[in-house]
Amino acid sequence: MGNWLASHWLSVLFLVSWLGLNMFLFVYAFLNYEQSDKYYYTRQILGTALAFARASAFCLNFNSMMILIPVCRNLLSFLRGTCSFCNRSLRKPLDHNLLFHKLVAYMICIFTAIHVIAHLFNFERYSRSQQAMDGSLAFVLSNLSRHEKEKDSWLNPIHSPNTTVMHATFTSVAGLTGVIATTALVLMVTSAMEFIRRNYFELFWYTHHLFIVYIICLGIHGLGGIVRRQTEESMDESHPHNCSKSFLEWDKYEWSCRRPHFVGHPPESWKWILAPIAVYIFERTLRFYRSRQKVVITKAVMHPSKVLELQMCKRGFSMEVGQYIFVNCPSISFLEWHPFTLTSAPEEEFFSIHIRAAGDWTENLIRTFEQRPSPMPRIAVDGPFGTVSEDVFQYEVAVLIGAGIGVTPFASILKSIWYKFQRADHKLKTQKAGHAALNFDKATDVLTGLKQKTSFGRPMWDNEFSRIAAAHPKSVVGVFLCGPRTLAKSLRKCCQRYSSLDPRKVQFYFNKETF
Amino acid sequence: MGQIEWAMWANEQALASGLILITGGIVATAGRFTQWYFGAYSIAAGVLICLLEYPRGKRKKGSTMERCGQKYLTAMVKLFGPLTRNYYVRAVLHFLLSVPAGFLLATILGTVCLVIASVIYLLAAIRGEQWTPIEPKPKERPQVGGTIKQPPTNPPPRPPVEVRKKPSVGEEEAGTAGGPQVNPIPVTDEVV
Repeated sequence: MGNWLASHWLSVLFLVSWLGLNMFLFVYAFLNYEQSDKYYYTRQILGTALAFARASAFCLNFNSMMILIPVCRNLLSFLRGTCSFCNRSLRKPLDHNLLFHKLVAYMICIFTAIHVIAHLFNFERYSRSQQAMDGSLAFVLSNLSRHEKEKDSWLNPIHSPNTTVMHATFTSVAGLTGVIATTALVLMVTSAMEFIRRNYFELFWYTHHLFIVYIICLGIHGLGGIVRRQTEESMDESHPHNCSKSFLEWDKYEWSCRRPHFVGHPPESWKWILAPIAVYIFERTLRFYRSRQKVVITKAVMHPSKVLELQMCKRGFSMEVGQYIFVNCPSISFLEWHPFTLTSAPEEEFFSIHIRAAGDWTENLIRTFEQRPSPMPRIAVDGPFGTVSEDVFQYEVAVLIGAGIGVTPFASILKSIWYKFQRADHKLKTQKAGHAALNFDKATDVLTGLKQKTSFGRPMWDNEFSRIAAAHPKSVVGVFLCGPRTLAKSLRKCCQRYSSLDPRKVQFYFNKETF
Repeated sequence: MGQIEWAMWANEQALASGLILITGGIVATAGRFTQWYFGAYSIAAGVLICLLEYPRGKRKKGSTMERCGQKYLTAMVKLFGPLTRNYYVRAVLHFLLSVPAGFLLATILGTVCLVIASVIYLLAAIRGEQWTPIEPKPKERPQVGGTIKQPPTNPPPRPPVEVRKKPSVGEEEAGTAGGPQVNPIPVTDEVV
């Protein structure tokens, strides 16, 4: 636990700050609407539901602003590059951008629920006070719109007792955009469920572009100015503390209070989301520009188990170990970009990826290349992205465990170690690197061509760890995994079990690298 | 988009719609809104939809992740045979269930989402998909060391003795020309 915290402290700090900001903004807006005098009369009709609706709206603006930033991968790469002098643990949180995006999305869903429920109460109460006919303050306030002069100083958006809430909702900008935006949000969330995303990625990708509908609807949601507050002049003239009790006599006599006048809020969501929208538009433009750059395929190799290796060259491309690229093939699909880990070492003159058939796009790609087309189909590349896996080189003993296609990031690392040995790179601390590759095809090593340990069946991790601990009694051993969660659990347990209590003796540090 | 099983997305959408209907219904009933009895209906409809949609159907290709604890509901949903297997029936059912909820503002979001789910189910039905229950597999006892098979008993084929005993000059030439891997530093091969 301590080890986890030490390497993830910045992520935890960031998350705690974000949650804290959310709570602060909610409470701040809530207290403003619950206690401020300019909403006194509004509260007479709506009660606390007003404060809940506005506070959740405030947080929705904040989170809608935050949600676009983590998916601007070129921006994040830029930040990572600018901070290259920083400690790696400071840059690591940038790798968890998608996780943050999901957390913000969940928060948006929660606040949307609060916002919608609060506004349902608000509309119901507006409707009731319009129909009340009981001479209460609420009724009087609702009928302010009926006065001919100062047409715009009404309070109740439901102008007549015959208007239903349904009619009021769908004839107002706020109601209509609210329903459309929420529907878009629901569709985005259901198609982004892990099960759908992993198995039918294209469906997720295309449906997720409904965020454009959500953003537009959010921007124009406040245009109607339905949230009303008493104007400053009206407050000076007849402050609610003085005049609310005598509502039956407003404007009746020379000495009585004047009726209150109200004005609506201008929309403010656009102020929050304008900058992230600009950044995102720039990001998409940049991706498009990069996709136009020429990529030359120098070699295409078909490996057993339907794995395609593509070796490519691109002007100005430079990579580090453990990074990944996004690949697009217009002849297969014009709009889709798919991520692949780089399997080549930075020391090589080309960069390569290994693609396994795992869905529509990958199968089509493999089938296209199987037919040996000439000329080769055009490929576009965006990247590289991701934090460099320099950590591997910092351990005296590194154990790299890759399951299935999860061996790909380690291929890059192992090849790089090989090159560094060849060139006697002094920065390389690693003296021994052991690679357990759980391959589909047990006979040959698909990727590196290095001599590897031949093992039959799944390794017995306890045996492996006790053997390594016995062979390196005083070393710090880094265990790196790219594979399934269940494997991560058992490996983490083994690391804890075989680390010696004496800090001078063998210590196993577990790193789950998500590439 | 060829391999998409629309029913899987329709299932997620319908489940979400059910939850939205229940929430809207509770708000309308608890707040005693005008025509709140539509809200009460919504709660009942939402519960029915959630029970029907909770067990995920089996994918045509590949393994399917079950939802937590779905096997009990799978058994119940299976009982209705073609009524639950056929997606045309589900499309029509969801559409009909959504109509009464459309009269109340609190539940209209549920209606919209359920209608969309119904349309996706219709698309799935047109493409010939149907609901197949995920059957529980008999639990295998994990055998310790069971995946480790016997190593081969025969040695790997080696070239004849004369070739192996050749002078070192010829061997090095053969090594660099694309023969067996030559490593710049000695690599020890340990057989597990």
